Amino acid sequence: MPDTSLSALAAQLAGKQISSRELAQTYLDRIAALNPAINAFITVDAEKTLIEAAAADALIAAGQAGPLTGVPIAHKDIFCTEGWLTTCGSKMLHNFIAPYDAHVIQRFKAAGMPSLGKTNMDEFAMGSSNETSYYGAVKNPWNPAYVPGGSSGGAAACVAARMAPAATGTDTGGSIRQPAALCGITGLKPTYGLVSRYGMIAFASSLDQAGPMAPSADDCALLLNVMTGFDPKDSTSLEREKEDYTRDLDKPLTGLRVGLPREFFAEGLNNEVAAAVEAAVADLQKLGATTVEISLANSKLAIPVYYVLAPAEASSNLSRFDGVRYGYRAPEYTSLDDMYCKTRAQGFGAEVKRRIMIGAYVLSHGYYDAYYLQAQKIRRLIADDFGEAFKACDVILGPTAPGTAFKLGEKSDDPVEMYLNDLYTIPANLAGLPGMSLPCGFDSKGLPIGLQLVGNYFSEAKMLNVAHQYQRVTDWHSRQPEGLK
Amino acid sequence: MKWETVIGLEVHTQLATQSKIFSGSSTAFGAAPNTQASAVDIALPGVLPVLNRGAVECAIKFGLAVGATLNRVNVFDRKNYFYPDLPKGYQISQLAKPIVEGGALTIVVDGEEKTVHLTRAHMEEDAGKSLHEDFHGMTGIDLNRAGTPLLEIVSEPEMRSSAEAVAYARALHTLVTWIGICDGNMQEGSFRVDANVSVRPLGQAEFGTRREIKNLNSFKFLQQAIDYEVRWQIETLEDGGRIEQATVLFDPDTGETRMMRSKEDAHDYRYFPDPDLLPVKLDEAWIETVRAGLPELPTAMQARFQRDYGVSVYDAAVLTGSRALAAYFEAAAQKSGQPKLAANWVMGELSAALNKAELDIARSPVSAAQLGTLIARIQDGTLSGKLAKQVFEGLWEGAGEVDAIIEARGLKQMSDSGELEKIIDDVLAANPKSVEEFRSGKDKAFNALVGQVMKASKGKANPAQVNDLLKAKLQN
Repeated sequence: MPDTSLSALAAQLAGKQISSRELAQTYLDRIAALNPAINAFITVDAEKTLIEAAAADALIAAGQAGPLTGVPIAHKDIFCTEGWLTTCGSKMLHNFIAPYDAHVIQRFKAAGMPSLGKTNMDEFAMGSSNETSYYGAVKNPWNPAYVPGGSSGGAAACVAARMAPAATGTDTGGSIRQPAALCGITGLKPTYGLVSRYGMIAFASSLDQAGPMAPSADDCALLLNVMTGFDPKDSTSLEREKEDYTRDLDKPLTGLRVGLPREFFAEGLNNEVAAAVEAAVADLQKLGATTVEISLANSKLAIPVYYVLAPAEASSNLSRFDGVRYGYRAPEYTSLDDMYCKTRAQGFGAEVKRRIMIGAYVLSHGYYDAYYLQAQKIRRLIADDFGEAFKACDVILGPTAPGTAFKLGEKSDDPVEMYLNDLYTIPANLAGLPGMSLPCGFDSKGLPIGLQLVGNYFSEAKMLNVAHQYQRVTDWHSRQPEGLK
Repeated sequence: MKWETVIGLEVHTQLATQSKIFSGSSTAFGAAPNTQASAVDIALPGVLPVLNRGAVECAIKFGLAVGATLNRVNVFDRKNYFYPDLPKGYQISQLAKPIVEGGALTIVVDGEEKTVHLTRAHMEEDAGKSLHEDFHGMTGIDLNRAGTPLLEIVSEPEMRSSAEAVAYARALHTLVTWIGICDGNMQEGSFRVDANVSVRPLGQAEFGTRREIKNLNSFKFLQQAIDYEVRWQIETLEDGGRIEQATVLFDPDTGETRMMRSKEDAHDYRYFPDPDLLPVKLDEAWIETVRAGLPELPTAMQARFQRDYGVSVYDAAVLTGSRALAAYFEAAAQKSGQPKLAANWVMGELSAALNKAELDIARSPVSAAQLGTLIARIQDGTLSGKLAKQVFEGLWEGAGEVDAIIEARGLKQMSDSGELEKIIDDVLAANPKSVEEFRSGKDKAFNALVGQVMKASKGKANPAQVNDLLKAKLQN
């Protein structure tokens, strides 16, 4: 595919070189050609997409276009989308046509951006490889024998394969950043509360946050402008003045203080990933940044803390999937309890059931203090570490994941090994901080490597500035998988 | 052995907000099933709760009215359990940090005042309804009620009889309707009582094992259920049995309680703070605004009635049975200038007529101004008490204003002493035997003569005047 940056596409649309319908059709054709091999989409509905594109064309013709009007986008199947099947990657919702739009969907609709379809994901966003989806695993476009990461694996893969110029994702413990890293694209998880969670099917409410996924930081800044903003329907949405996230993109990095957490470059990190991240640090230094070693001492507890808190919230959030009002219901049962048991036993996959059981356990009488309360205390300590670190630096840099993409099936029998993939991404969720991943190289197998930036609260514009300046002097983000071009 | 009963009550009051506690749906009663259930109420995937500040204000009002501590930061928790009429699979409630803690309510039983302390009051959402009939072996679910705001008010186990429990429930009912946070409609479930009942040997310090009687929706059932339960517990213990902790239901048809679930079946609700809702913060300015909107409270009004109107403790308590009744009394008292007489009329004639007609004070056919005028006519001598009752009947029937009824029906008390003297003379002349008896020392004969005079005047003579004139004439 030629240049698919959002600003380039928007310029072509504004200059009437291409219509939104034509653009959407180009992507629909590419999805039709590539998706059978990649499985990035759960639902594609060309008719709906083209109707939305025609509406965008009308806006453009009427001179009422916004910055991204007519540019199509793919949505993670976790967002309720009116009239579209919304499955959350689960058999439990295999028949659920959402009767309303999530706040994020409303915003993209209001911006005139047609939906290309609903992307595949780990079931209820629980997974780091996209292998837990009821709709089958997504394949990594760089090598279909490898996983794309998860849970926003379909989103990352469809962008990497240029089946969509951009996609929405959600990130509870790294679900935007880790697949972005494994698929060689850019993805950003905003500060908790910046993007409304209304209509986004909840996994762990205190951690979930939606964000943009696209090839470049420039794209992500434009998408963030659309996604963010106060929503009275989400009590955890933050009421603050609207920002333009593109405003600082072109600022020089002179004087930027980059914090390197010693714990993120320690044991367990793949050598090739370490080398690529260190090379990126050197690139930033050439751009005028200085580095400082920092410590996030409690971050080593992030995984155990996360695997108490996230399942606890999930066990409660997923109680509504009971077969009573919508979604899957077991075909045969003998009593109410039997209906509940069979529906949930048949409707949920193994990973979801594992987390519901962990969550129910840590909240149960006699264990709450030892697990849930203790985890909340450590969560605070982890956040405090970041607060201390940001006294010495402007942005924290490290690897996004400990390694590159792994083979399908390689870790699916070992949950703990799988969970370790989110070692570096989880701390930002626990602290509510913004984090992003951007491509910084490839390993010897030709698989992408991602570096992670974690910023202070509301420093998205600063992080995007750093990423954009890095992407001006590197081309990792614009490379496309061989054979899919 | 002598036994002592120990009772604590948990009362669910439905808060009188227009919309639900976490959604914008209406809370009006009686709509067609599921027509007042929004995406949030039916717990579609992805929806989120937003707290209704009106419900919080109701809770603040209650806390202020009972002199409780208002927790400046209070927290909503999730109470997790599965039931078809609980759409989210959890109820949003408050466990560890409720909005209201402490406070007290004064009750009067057998003329004795008693203070019942409150443990706490917390906000929560109601569940929907399961309809087990009309669906041919299936259960219908109506989610109109799901998300209706409730304030659960928990007392300390300080009541010692069903009479005290009923007095407490009534006082609480009066208070929550008085301050306007609940419509008090027990048939529609706006005020539901759970009673925790145990017995112990008199003098024993530890409590006995309690059983909880669920969902009592009338004061009568509350009394009956507790009385039955206490008898059952005492009999069980005296027969050498043990009381197991349990939840029971009261069956009004049999007058008995029966086991719903034992302690072993108790749920582990896995409470934890709801991550979708921020802690509720009460700032002083908000509390003061709410305080300024509170009406004068029953206890303050009782003291004022005693002080300003000279009514008794008992009368003050009765007259403040509801805000409408108190307002009626006060208007009648002021109009008549005779507060004590007004109290007697309101509690006597008026209440009796209202009870008989099954009418609420708000729908009384006789207005406070009319009653006040009527009392003023007694005071100025226009009417005797007996005639006043006839005028009252006229007012009740809607026959017009007080003076018009007196005029039209000729009920004016006889004030012309000449006319009265003539009647007395006639009576004395017609009853020489009675006159003779009186003069020979039989006082009873005097009363007979008074009766004759009243009869001859068709009740319009002033009895005091009759007494005086008759005495004077007989002693001549």
